[in-house]
Amino acid sequence: MKGKIDLASGSGGEATKKLVSELFLKYFGNRELQKLADSALVNVEGKIAFTTDSFVVKPLLFPGGDIGKLAIFGTVNDLSVMGAKPLFISCAFIIEEGFDSEKLEKVVKSMAEAARQAKVEIVCGDTKVVEKGAADEIFINTSGIGKIIYSRLEPSRIKVGDAIIITGAIAEHGMAVMCAREKFFDKTPIKSDCAPVTDLILPLLKGKIELHASRDPTRGGLAAVLNELAASAKVGMMIVEDAIPIKPEVKYACEMLGIDPLYVACEGRAVIFCPESEAKKALSKIQKHPQGKDATIIGKVTKGNKVILKTAVADRILDAPSGLLLPRIC
Amino acid sequence: MFEGFRRADLAEKLVTRIKEKAKKHYKFMEVCGTHTVTMFRYGIRKVLAPNIELLSGPGCPVCVTDQRDIDWVIEFASRNQELVFTFGDMMRVPGSKQTLFSARENGGMVKIAYSPLDAVEFADKNRDETVLFFAVGFETTSPGIAASVKEAKKRGLKNLFVYSAMKLIPPALKVLADDPELALDGLILPGHVSTIIGSKSYEFLARDYKIPCVITGFEPIDVLMAIEALIDQIDKGEPSVEIQYSRVVRPDGNPKAIETLFEVFEPKDSVWRGLGTIEKSGLGLMDEYKEFDAQSKFHLKLPEPKPHKNCICGEVLKAKKKPEDCKLFARACTPDNPVGACMVSVEGTCLAHYRYGRERS
Repeated sequence: MKGKIDLASGSGGEATKKLVSELFLKYFGNRELQKLADSALVNVEGKIAFTTDSFVVKPLLFPGGDIGKLAIFGTVNDLSVMGAKPLFISCAFIIEEGFDSEKLEKVVKSMAEAARQAKVEIVCGDTKVVEKGAADEIFINTSGIGKIIYSRLEPSRIKVGDAIIITGAIAEHGMAVMCAREKFFDKTPIKSDCAPVTDLILPLLKGKIELHASRDPTRGGLAAVLNELAASAKVGMMIVEDAIPIKPEVKYACEMLGIDPLYVACEGRAVIFCPESEAKKALSKIQKHPQGKDATIIGKVTKGNKVILKTAVADRILDAPSGLLLPRIC
Repeated sequence: MFEGFRRADLAEKLVTRIKEKAKKHYKFMEVCGTHTVTMFRYGIRKVLAPNIELLSGPGCPVCVTDQRDIDWVIEFASRNQELVFTFGDMMRVPGSKQTLFSARENGGMVKIAYSPLDAVEFADKNRDETVLFFAVGFETTSPGIAASVKEAKKRGLKNLFVYSAMKLIPPALKVLADDPELALDGLILPGHVSTIIGSKSYEFLARDYKIPCVITGFEPIDVLMAIEALIDQIDKGEPSVEIQYSRVVRPDGNPKAIETLFEVFEPKDSVWRGLGTIEKSGLGLMDEYKEFDAQSKFHLKLPEPKPHKNCICGEVLKAKKKPEDCKLFARACTPDNPVGACMVSVEGTCLAHYRYGRERS
C-alpha cells in the first residue's frame, strides 16, 4: 500500500472497504474475518479466559519487535499466564490522519505473523481514523479469548515454601524501547524479548506439573509482579539478586542510565510459582524451549508480607514501583 | 565490568573488617546521589549500623535547585508558551504553584532532554522558535552544557537561551565543614564529579578542616572500601584526600573539561535549597556568552516562592533531619505525589528512604 491514511479511510465508506480488503483481510484473512459480520461467531468448549489490552508504544518499531507484534503477544501472554490456550483475538486500530500506509502495512503484517506464531486467529476488528494530532500515529487495542486448560493458576494458591521461577532474562523490552526512543547509544545490541509465553507454560500444565500461579512481568517489571502477588497471597518473598538473569548489555545500559532493571518491563517472560518439589521438573521443561533456556529459580515464598532482595552486601526490601522511570542526570 | 565490585564474598570480608575496626561511633557523609542509592540498594547502612552512621548530603542536583529557579522556568514555560528543555527529573519538582509537567498539561511547551545538545539541535532546526534550556547539575554535567553553548555560538544560534542553576560541589562542602552541628568524621566524595575536578579540589578539607576524605566509585565494594579507608585515616590521625576510585579519578581531574567549562561559565553566588546562598558556588555565563543568558534576556516578575510549610527537604539536604522526621514523608509526600524535591529525584534522599529504607507494616 502507498500513500497516507486519510479521514475517509475510517468513514465506513469505499475507502474503508478498500483498506479492509487490501490490508486486513489480505494479512489476517481467515474464514470468520472474511465474513465481515458485526460479530465473529466462535466455538469454545468449557471455561474461557477473556482479556483486553491497549498498545501505545513509541517508537512503533524497535529492536526485537513493533507495536503489532506487541499487541498480539501482550494479549496472548495475559491469557497464557492464566492457564488458557489462546484462541481468538479482536483488534481495533485508532489511526492518526496522515499515517503512512506502508508503515501501517508493516504493522499489520507483523501482527499476522505474530498471530501465526502464537496460533491464534484474528476474528474481528475495527478501524477509526482521527484528526492529525488527536492520536500519536497509531494505537491498537486487542482483546483475546482462550480456553482454560488448567483453572487453578491463581495468586491465592501461592504457598510459603513455593519456588519462584523466571523464564528468561529480564528488562529487555523496556530498555530496548527506551534506547530506541531516546537514542542514548549510537548502537546497542539490546533487543525486546517480545514473544508468546504460551509454549513455556502450557507444556507444564499438560505435563501434570503442579503450578500455583504465574504472571507476566510487563509494566513495573519483576518488582511490580512480586509485590502484587505477595500482597494478594498475603505472603513474603525472598529473591536472590545474583540469581536473576540479566544480559550484560541490558545491565550496563541500566547502570549507565541509573535505572533499576527489576522495575523494567519484559514482554516475553513469565514468573511462575510452584511447590519446591516440582521446581526442578518445571525448570528443565521450560529450559527445553529456546526461549526458556535462561530460565532459573530466583527465590522462594516466605512468611511475612515483604518482598526481600538478597544483595551482595545485605538484604533489603524490594518495593513496588513508584514514581516514573527516568534516567538520572549525573 | 563491575561484577568484581559486587562480589558477595568480598563484601562480607569488608563488612567484617569494618565492624572490627569501628570501635566508636563515626559520622560519615556522602554528597552524591548515586552513593545514596548504592548504600540503600545494597543495605550498606543497615549492615554497618549502629557504629557507623551514614548521612546523605546535598548531592542531588535536582534536590538542591532553589524553588525560585524552578518557579522562574515554570513561569517562563506557562507564560511565554515557548519551548523549555530540561532533564527528566526536573519535570516533577513542585514549584510554588505547579510542576513543569503540570505546566505542560496546561499548554506549556516542555520537553525532556537527555543531553543539552538536544536543545541545540532543536533550536538549530527551528530558528524562529525561542528555546530555553534549564541547566541543572554539578561538575559532571556542566562541561557538557558548556560545550553545547559553544556549539550554539559556532552555529550562530540566536534563539537558544540557558537558564543556569548549575552548581559547584567544593563550595558546598566548605559550608558543611564549617557547620559545627554536623561535626563530620569523614566525607565520602563523589566519583563522577571528581573525574572532572580531580582530588586537588578537595585538599582544603583535609588540610584546613582535618576531615578525612575518600573519593570512591558507585559499586558496593567501592563504598565499603571507602568507609574502611576513612576509619584507617582516623586511626592514623592523618586526614587526607584519598582516591579509592583510581580506575577513573586523577588528582588533576579532566583539565580539558575544566577548561571548556570555564571558557563559557564563571563562578557566581548561588542559592541552594536548604543551604542558602553560597558564595561562588554557581555558574553564570561569561560576558562572551551573555547573549545566551535567559535571565538577562527575559525579565520575569515573580512573587516570593512559597515552599510547602511542612516540607523539610532543606533540613534533609543538610543531614540535620531524616526523611522519617518529616510529617509528610510517605503520607502526603510519596514518589507518585511528591511534595518536596528530595522525593522526586531518583537520587533524592527521601526517595531512597521511601524505596529502600521503609519497613512496611
